[in-house]
Amino acid sequence: MSEETSMIGSILHEDGQGLLEDWLDQLERVGMRRQELIEEGELRQQCRDVLALLREAIPPETSREELRSFDATSSLEARELLDEISHQRVRVGVPPRENALFVFTLKRPLFRRLFHAVEGDAEELIEEIWTANHVVDQLGLLVIESYQRSREGVISRQQEELLELSTPVVRLWDGIVAMPLIGTLDSSRTQVVMETLLEKIVETGADTAILDITGVSTVDTLVAQHLLKTVAAARLMGADCIISGIRPQIAQTIVQLGLDLSSVTTKATLADAFGFALARRRGRNEASEAADELDMDL
Amino acid sequence: MTERIPILKIGRFLLVSIQVELDDELALALQDDLTQAISRHRARGVLIDISSLEIVDSFIGRVIGNIAAMSRVLDAQTVLVGMRPAVAITLVELGVELAGVQTALDVDRGLAMLGRLVLAADGELGDVRPAI
Repeated sequence: MSEETSMIGSILHEDGQGLLEDWLDQLERVGMRRQELIEEGELRQQCRDVLALLREAIPPETSREELRSFDATSSLEARELLDEISHQRVRVGVPPRENALFVFTLKRPLFRRLFHAVEGDAEELIEEIWTANHVVDQLGLLVIESYQRSREGVISRQQEELLELSTPVVRLWDGIVAMPLIGTLDSSRTQVVMETLLEKIVETGADTAILDITGVSTVDTLVAQHLLKTVAAARLMGADCIISGIRPQIAQTIVQLGLDLSSVTTKATLADAFGFALARRRGRNEASEAADELDMDL
Repeated sequence: MTERIPILKIGRFLLVSIQVELDDELALALQDDLTQAISRHRARGVLIDISSLEIVDSFIGRVIGNIAAMSRVLDAQTVLVGMRPAVAITLVELGVELAGVQTALDVDRGLAMLGRLVLAADGELGDVRPAI
């Protein structure tokens, strides 16, 4: 065996089974062989997959030089495998510390085998351990990255769901819909509010929409402008928009900011707005009947 | 011959349903044809259906506003129906609010609205002109 050839490759290929058992023992020692989160069989399979992956990436005669430039992120299979393992762990709620430990526990069995293989040559041993350390660290980094990605996926999904949940449109009556807004309105949310409301107007064929802002704590110039735009867009589509539930504090702000809400119908409460919408609906129906009668007379 | 938007007469009203993309030339042609038709048929109301339109720019918006104003001079009410949400948002962002134009969700409601508008415009007198 030349000096340049690392023993890591041959250990992986010749003593795979022993390495697997030692690794599992090591996992148990750090308390990670917990049945409640990951089943025994599954953990074993994951370890086996990672070792198979290493065997695939590192042939028996790989030189130390090559191993030191080992880059786990460049291998698509490695990424997919560790992504899957991390993803599964995120789902069952494994803490990040244990997720990283899963790979790092491979160090001890691997180092011990290297110790036996070099037979007392300290310098050689250091070189080998340094190389092995690099390979395992690469895997560890990949695991952490995958874990992070999975978590970010969960967060962004929740954000989307929250955005949808935060803009409900309820049908109060035939032709009357209401959108109660709660919380803080920022520009991305007001955009969603506008689009959702207009879509719902088309979907339900409602000619009156009530925007209730009782649950909105503050209104700044931008938000007020956006509300006005929503009202204008709804009008262009042929629906009337009523804003209800403006708090005294917000009324003061709106006037002090110099915003003109004179073109918008405002009511104190959602109940008032609903009553107004019903009354107007009735008035309109009567007028239409009168117009129809006149049509017949002519 | 250039393309023309058909103008249909329903009783005292005119129905214009725009089914093709409206360019500037076509919009001006429509404005011309429609004012002619209003005076020829002595129409009391105009219904413009734009539910097929995906793009309405500020020029088209202004032409629609002009049509409404011209109709009023000719004693006809105008109702614009079926504007899509995306179009409404774009127009509002462009600052075109079509303040003088009445709007309704669909043709059905638009016709009912025209009836009311004509009634309101005639006041207590009723329509003094004979039926067409």
